[in-house]
Amino acid sequence: MIPKLSLKTLAIAVVGGSLLIGCSESKPEKEPPVTLNKKPFPSTYVPMASEPTLITNVTILDGVGGKIESGAVLFVDGKIEAIGESVEAPDNSVKVDGKGKWLTPGIIDVHSHLGVYATPDTASHSDGNEMTNPVTAQVWAEHSIWPQDPGFSRALAGGVTSMQILPGSANLVGGRAVTVKNVPNRTVQDMKFPGAPYGMKMACGENPKRVYGQKGGPGTRMGNVAGYRQAWADAQDYAAKWDRYYREHDAGKDPKIPKRDLKLETLRGVLDGEIIVHMHCYRADDMGTMLDVMKEFNYQIGSFHHAVESYKIADRLAENKVCSSMWADWWGFKMEAYDGIQENIPMVHSAGACAIVHSDSDQGIQRLNQEAAKAWADGKRVGLDISQADAWQWVSANPAKSLGIFEQTGSIEVGKQADLVLWSDNPFSTYSQAEHVYIDGALAFDRNDPSSWPVSDFELGQPGEGDRK
Amino acid sequence: MRNVKSLAISILIIGASTLSLYAQAKNIAIVDATVHTMSDKGTLENATVLIRNGKIQTVLSERPAISGYEVINAKGKVVTPGLIGAYTSLGLVEVGFSAGTVDSNSSASAISKTGAALDVSYAVNPKSTLIAISRIEGVTSAATTMTRTGQLFNGQGAIISLGDTITPVIKPKAFLSVAVDNGGADNTGGSRAALWTTLEHVLSEAAFTQGKKLDPLSSWHGISTIADAKALNSFLMGEQPILIEAHRAADILQVIELGKRYPKMNLVILNATEGWQVAEQLADANIAVILNPESNLPYEFDQLSATLENAGRLQKAGVTVAIGMNTHNIRLAKQHAGNAVANGLPWQAGLASLTINPAKIYGISDTHGSIETGKQADLVIWSGDPLEVTETAEQVLINGERIEMVSRQTKLRDRYLKKHEQKSVHYVR
Repeated sequence: MIPKLSLKTLAIAVVGGSLLIGCSESKPEKEPPVTLNKKPFPSTYVPMASEPTLITNVTILDGVGGKIESGAVLFVDGKIEAIGESVEAPDNSVKVDGKGKWLTPGIIDVHSHLGVYATPDTASHSDGNEMTNPVTAQVWAEHSIWPQDPGFSRALAGGVTSMQILPGSANLVGGRAVTVKNVPNRTVQDMKFPGAPYGMKMACGENPKRVYGQKGGPGTRMGNVAGYRQAWADAQDYAAKWDRYYREHDAGKDPKIPKRDLKLETLRGVLDGEIIVHMHCYRADDMGTMLDVMKEFNYQIGSFHHAVESYKIADRLAENKVCSSMWADWWGFKMEAYDGIQENIPMVHSAGACAIVHSDSDQGIQRLNQEAAKAWADGKRVGLDISQADAWQWVSANPAKSLGIFEQTGSIEVGKQADLVLWSDNPFSTYSQAEHVYIDGALAFDRNDPSSWPVSDFELGQPGEGDRK
Repeated sequence: MRNVKSLAISILIIGASTLSLYAQAKNIAIVDATVHTMSDKGTLENATVLIRNGKIQTVLSERPAISGYEVINAKGKVVTPGLIGAYTSLGLVEVGFSAGTVDSNSSASAISKTGAALDVSYAVNPKSTLIAISRIEGVTSAATTMTRTGQLFNGQGAIISLGDTITPVIKPKAFLSVAVDNGGADNTGGSRAALWTTLEHVLSEAAFTQGKKLDPLSSWHGISTIADAKALNSFLMGEQPILIEAHRAADILQVIELGKRYPKMNLVILNATEGWQVAEQLADANIAVILNPESNLPYEFDQLSATLENAGRLQKAGVTVAIGMNTHNIRLAKQHAGNAVANGLPWQAGLASLTINPAKIYGISDTHGSIETGKQADLVIWSGDPLEVTETAEQVLINGERIEMVSRQTKLRDRYLKKHEQKSVHYVR
C-alpha cells in the first residue's frame, strides 16, 4: 500500500536537497516523518476584474450535449450563475445582446507547446525537448514557458481559454505538463490553472528511437517498450522504499530517509493516480502495446495524443477508458502518420470512446472550432450523425475531463468558471469568429475593441504592434 | 434565342455521337448548378455547363434541351473550376520524414552549383497517394517544386495534372524559386549581403550566356555551372515566373527593385508576410503573391507584422493573390482561403486565389482556372460553398471525365467502418 501524503504536512518540505525537519509541539518523542512538497511552484493566478454579465437571445451549446436555441447565461464574480431560456439578472449587470450569435464553453487545448516553443522560432526559444536522456520525468514544462510568447494572444482570439502545455515527444518520458489559463502575465505561475493536476508526457514510436538510436538507445520500438517498463519498475521500487520508510516510522523505528529522485517522484505520482499520462502515439499497434504496459504497471493513460490510427482500435480505447486527442486531417508527414483519415474523430466518438480535438500547433490552436467542424461534417457524410452540441465536447468537456479540471470548467453549468466564447455565428463554420472571450467572467478579448487585444512585451515597439492579428 | 442555342447544341451532339465511337471521354452536361465561372460571365444561377471531348463546350445561364450528354443534376450544388495547388511538392514526396527518397529535397550534385538547373519534371510520381487524396477534394492541378536543395535556387518546378494519368506534367520548367528571407540568407553566405550579391552575380552570368554557344570545351569560370546559367535564360526573358520567397517589407522592396533592373523578368513573391505594408508598391510593380493567409505569428524576425488580414489588404490594393501552400494537405487551401475571407478578402477573390489567379501566375490561364468555352474541363461540383469547412467536393471532373471519388484514405475508412468480428482486417474490403 502507498500511504497518501496529507496536505497539512506539505509545509514541511524538502527544499533543494536540504531537509527542513519540522518539530511537533512540545516534547517530541521522535521526529515526524519527512514529507515532500508536491507543489513547489504554486499558482499565483488571479482572475482579471469582471462585471456581472448577462448574455441574452443567444444560441447556447452548453458543452455537455445540450443546446438552447435562444437562451441566456448570467455570470457573476467569475462563475456561471444561471443558464436557461430566460434568466433574471441584477440591475448592475452588463447586458450583451447575443442575437444571431452562439455561446459555447471556452476551448481547451490539451496539446500546446506555446511558451516552450515560442515565436520567434529561434534556437534560443527551443525549450520543449530535454533530449539528453530517454527518460526525463524530472523536467517540468512550466520551467520552460515564456509568458511573452505572442502565440497566447492568437490562441485567445480563437476562443482558447485554457490549455495544457507539454514537453515535446523526443523522449520516452518527456517530463511534466502543466495546465494554464490563457492569461499570460509576468511569470508562468501567474497563469497556472489553480488546482489542476499535473500531466506527464510520454511518447511512442518514431521520435524516441530516432533521437536516441545513435545515442545509446532506444533504437527500435521494442527498445522503447523496454525503456517504459524499466522506468515503471524503477518507480515501483522507489515507491516501495518510501512506503517502507513510512511503515517503519509508523512502527516507531528510526528508518533512514530515502534519497529523493525527482525523476522517479514524477513517475510515482502517476502510479499514485495524482499525475495524468498524456502519451504521444500514432499507430494502433503502438497504442495496443501501451494499453498492456498500462495494465502491467497499474496506471491510467489519460489520453493518447495525435492518435491518427485510433479509428482502428476505438472499441478497445473505449473499453480501457483512454481518450484520443486528435487532429482533424493531418497525415503523411512521417510513416506513423501515413494512415491518417479525416473520419478518425467521429469514428472514435461513435465507438463510445472519448474524442478530443487538439492542436499541437500555434496555428491549429487558433481554429479548433473549425477542426471540430471538419470532423463533424466528415463523420456526417459517412453516416456518423453526431449533433453539433455533442461534437462541442471534443473541444471543451472532453479535454477538461482528460486534464482533471472538469469540476471547474469545460461546460456551461451553474457554479462553473465563466470561461466562455461568444461567436459571431455558428462556430461550425470557416467564417465564424470569436467576438468575446471570457475567462473567469472577465472579458479577456473583444474583437471590436482594439484596446482589449493583448500585446506581449515582445511585440511592443515592433512592426505591427497592436494591429489586428 | 433559346431555339438557336438548342439547335446549335443538337448539332454539336450529332458530332459528338459520331466522335464517341473513337473517343473514351463522355459528353457531360452539368445542369441546374450555381456556377462560379471565374470569367467575365461571373456567377450564374441554375446554369448548365456542357463538356465535350475533355473541354468546356459552353456555359449557359439556362437549361437547354439536351441529348447525347450524360446529365449530372447539380441542383443546390456549386460548381467551380478545379482548384490549382499554388505551391506544392505533389508527386515529389510520399512520406516526408525518415521514409526513403524524397524528390523535393536534394544534395549537392555535379550538374548544379546554384540549383537553377534542377528540373522536377523528371521526378513526378503520378501514382503517389497524395494525388488521389488531393483530387477527390477538388484539387485538379498544381504547381510542384523542390523545397530544399541547399543551394540558391530550389530548382525548376512544373505544373502537373492530378488526373488519373501516367503523364502528369502539363508544363515542365514552369517556374523557378529562390528565397531572400532569413532562410535564404542562412543558406547562401549567412547574410543578405552575401545572398543578394550572389543572386545578382548569377543572373548576370546567365545574361552573359544568352545567345552564346557554350560546350564542354568552352572556357567558363562562372560560379554557376553552364547548365545553371543556361537554365536561367528563359526566366531572365520573363517567359516563366521566378518565385521569390520574402517576408519582410524591406526584402519585398528589394525584389521590386530587382524587377526594375530586369524589367523583362516575371517576379512573384512567395509568402509576402509583411506584404500588406508595401501593398501599393507591389500593385504598381504588377507583382503577384502566393501566400498562406493564416500565417499571423512572428516565426522569424523578418515576419514581425504578420496578420490574418494580409491577403485582404493586398487584394484591396490591387495585388493578385494566390492561396495554397501545402503538399499533403493542399486540400486545405480552400479553408485557408475561407479564413482569408473571414478576415477581409472578398469571397470572389478568395475563390480566385485558388483558381484563376494561380493560373494567371503560371501562364496557364488560357487553358485552366476558369469555366469558359474551350478551356480544359477541370471542374468541381461542391455540396455548397467550397470555402466553408463543412462543405465538400461531391464530384470532381478532370479533362472532362468524372474521377473515381476514392483514395487510399477512403479505403482505410471504409475498411474500419465495417465490422470485423471473426475476420482479420486484412480480409475486409
